[in-house]
Amino acid sequence: MSHAAARPRARQGTTIALTILALVIGMGTYALTGLGKQGRVPANLALYGSLFAVLFAASLLVIRRFAPFADPAVFPTAAVLTGIGFAVIYRVRGDLAAEQFTWAAIGLAAFCLTLIVVRDHRQLDAYTYTIGLVGLALLFLPIVPGVGQVINGARLWVRIGSLQFQPSELGKVLIVVFLASYLNAKRELLRLATVKWGPFRLPQPKHLGPVLLAWGLSLVILFVEKDLGASLLFFAIFVVMLWVATARPAYLVIGALLFAAGAWFGYANLAHVQLRVDIWLHALEPANVNLFGYGQLAQGQFALATGGLVGSGLGLGIPYRIPFAWTDFIFAAIGEELGLLGTVAIILLYVTLVGRGLRAALACADGFGKLLAAGLTAAIGLQAFVIMGGVTRLIPLTGVTLPFVSYGGSSLISNFILLALLVRVSAGSARG
Amino acid sequence: MDKQIRRLGYALLALFVLLLATVSYVQVVAAARIADNPANAFRQLVAEYRVQRGRILARDLTTVLAFSKKGAGELKYGRHYPDGRRYSGITGYYSLLFGRGELEQSQNQFLSGNAAELLPQTLVDKILSRPVQGATVVTTIDPAIQKAACRAIASLPHGGAVVAIEPATGDVLAMCSNPAYDPSDISSQDVPQIRRAWRRLNADPGQPLVPRADAQLFPPGSTFKLVTAAAALENGYGPDSLWPNPASLTLPLTSHRLHNFGGEICSGGSHITLADALRQSCNVVFGGIGLKLGPDRMAEEARKFGFAADTASGDVPFDVPFREGVFPTPSAFVGQPASVAFSAIGQFDVSANPMQMALVASAIANDGVLLAPRLVTQIRDSQGQIVKTFEPAEYSRPLTAEHAHQLRDMMVAVVQSGTGYAAQIPGVTVAGKTGTAQHGGANEPPHAWFTAFAPAENPQVAVAVIVLDGGDLGSDATGGRVAAPIAKQVIEAALGISGGA
Repeated sequence: MSHAAARPRARQGTTIALTILALVIGMGTYALTGLGKQGRVPANLALYGSLFAVLFAASLLVIRRFAPFADPAVFPTAAVLTGIGFAVIYRVRGDLAAEQFTWAAIGLAAFCLTLIVVRDHRQLDAYTYTIGLVGLALLFLPIVPGVGQVINGARLWVRIGSLQFQPSELGKVLIVVFLASYLNAKRELLRLATVKWGPFRLPQPKHLGPVLLAWGLSLVILFVEKDLGASLLFFAIFVVMLWVATARPAYLVIGALLFAAGAWFGYANLAHVQLRVDIWLHALEPANVNLFGYGQLAQGQFALATGGLVGSGLGLGIPYRIPFAWTDFIFAAIGEELGLLGTVAIILLYVTLVGRGLRAALACADGFGKLLAAGLTAAIGLQAFVIMGGVTRLIPLTGVTLPFVSYGGSSLISNFILLALLVRVSAGSARG
Repeated sequence: MDKQIRRLGYALLALFVLLLATVSYVQVVAAARIADNPANAFRQLVAEYRVQRGRILARDLTTVLAFSKKGAGELKYGRHYPDGRRYSGITGYYSLLFGRGELEQSQNQFLSGNAAELLPQTLVDKILSRPVQGATVVTTIDPAIQKAACRAIASLPHGGAVVAIEPATGDVLAMCSNPAYDPSDISSQDVPQIRRAWRRLNADPGQPLVPRADAQLFPPGSTFKLVTAAAALENGYGPDSLWPNPASLTLPLTSHRLHNFGGEICSGGSHITLADALRQSCNVVFGGIGLKLGPDRMAEEARKFGFAADTASGDVPFDVPFREGVFPTPSAFVGQPASVAFSAIGQFDVSANPMQMALVASAIANDGVLLAPRLVTQIRDSQGQIVKTFEPAEYSRPLTAEHAHQLRDMMVAVVQSGTGYAAQIPGVTVAGKTGTAQHGGANEPPHAWFTAFAPAENPQVAVAVIVLDGGDLGSDATGGRVAAPIAKQVIEAALGISGGA
């Protein structure tokens, strides 16, 4: 690019300015929450403010040193989401705030480390199957007897010693990397080896293997781990990446049909899928609102509705009455205290992240980078949509975290690694 | 691939637009309906009780009728009524379980801080994360008159009610009912206590939660003759017009005969004047006047004084639930003309309460102009700034100034030399009218009424009193003997005269 040489300095200024803004918004939210909750600014505001400032500054230095041409908005957007998440977790579960900060610190460290280690995203293209196998292993680790843990009806946790984590979060990132590498290598084959059937160019039956394999794996996640959210996300990301790689709409159609079949099969055979649908449809009926499962969705709806346009004010609502307000339902807690203004702001932040991510994909020169950025972006966008749509009752609720906002170490660390890869692709693409 | 990436962007954007529409729907469009779910009651209550609800003040701005202060429970603020029983008919209650009454209900938007007029202050509070405070409601109630009114009816064995109005403004100076209740009992945060008190109040046959002063209806008896007399004056019969004065009146189409109170004959010969008939409260004469005027003209005059056609309708504006008096629609008299005679003396289907009869007196006192009753004058925000003022409003003109003065003079005669002598106050000209209303069976003691205003030449206060079931005197009770002394005490309090007794 001819004008690329003039851009780096200005973009870094933008990154710094936006990150300072993110810090001010995050810590401002924290301060106001303390004011509303206890009538005074939290005593450790200065401590957390300076710790976040140091962490953000370190991340900016790493970006400047190792990814100078990075997209200026991606990191600050994630930073502001992290800051707001920290404040809201302090609001609904004050006891978890310190932990969340620790996870954010580790996440930012992982972000820096990823940028330092992965100097060029094309390095990853060399380890296609290694990465794929590790990703799959992480996805299915919870099934292994002895290490797998069932929490809230889903087997998606792993315990090793005293350490407990959700490996599918990191597995998700690795599988996107694997798919980008694998599909980029095979895309010509998957694209061209087709048979014509009516208006569609269908892939030859032997090339349907990968799709059916992915479908089968997602059904295993659904049936064995009972993790509706991960199953849905995994399959959707796969189909989207396959379609982007091959430009064959037929894959979308086949994917949709397989999804419908899987959904129907799941609905017909799994009580917890039936329950999810019933909760979705009947959460607010008077006979149900106090039942387990229905109650959390109903409370989320009440919180959002009571929040109204401008919300109760930070620290002035009762979001702590929403079950899981620090994880799956954090969006409803934000809606209660910040109102529609707050929820729209959160949604727009994800729109920004998605927009910048896809822009990096478009600007990237190599097919692997394009697929990687598009896949990572789709992963984060779809996950945000699935949980926000579930909490607002747009779609049936499937328990996944709200990226960067929800409480949880596995989620924060994985998402910061994902972010680092996105920043890496954006930096690489600008360099051309 | 770029085409697909762009399309992926549009697809994800579409999903987020769908999400934006959904949050707008849940948080704004359908918010009220969703939040209204009974299962969300606690959230709404906590939100409501988180606001320091505004105070309700008397007209002196210092006497506090209701206020909120921080409590210990999960609900942040508790509601307190310093002299609850005395002001319950004005403040109403503010209950966790049973909603709100009276001003607590009608002024809720201001008291809770939600009214549009308070938005600037509320927004400032929200931005500064300061707790939102409710606005103060300033009433027209005069604590001294209210105290005198409540004391005067406190010991009545079957209860009663009093209303005092300033005729020139419609300001309600006092409004007291017996039985009353203490709103603190059902406005506490002690759920079992609230339920016990609520059950007890609802089981009370006197219906303390429905104040007798303005929300229940009783036959007004002879106090209604003021309306009949006004109708006569408005239709061309002066105070000196002569009316037949037989011992009893034969009613058309029936075998009933209408007698005077106690079966007496009014003094003055075979024909007496309108003024003399009012002074002596002659049922026979007023029954004849009613028959002469007919249901249309009677109903027209009653409407101007605020009487409604039935118990369900009515359009006199008031800040707390007010059941206007009832005078039946003229078609109700078709085929039973005799009923017009009974209606003209405040019997048959005519009903009223002290608020209604105080309005009648206040219109006569105010040169024939009836002002709508007013209970709230100002709303002040938490900083003491006036954010809304309610001006006096004319409701109707039931009679001309000339006729009003004629009726006033007739009412002065009632007190000076007629049935209302017990309301005389040395040095003050009192204009009044008694009423003794039969109700229920023949052996039931009557309701005793008195309605009055004073000073007659420059009226400061109009009063109406009802004493149920004859008070202490039972079947011997009359409005003059039982109710007039109560009206006298209230007028004395309003005029700043210390009572002689």
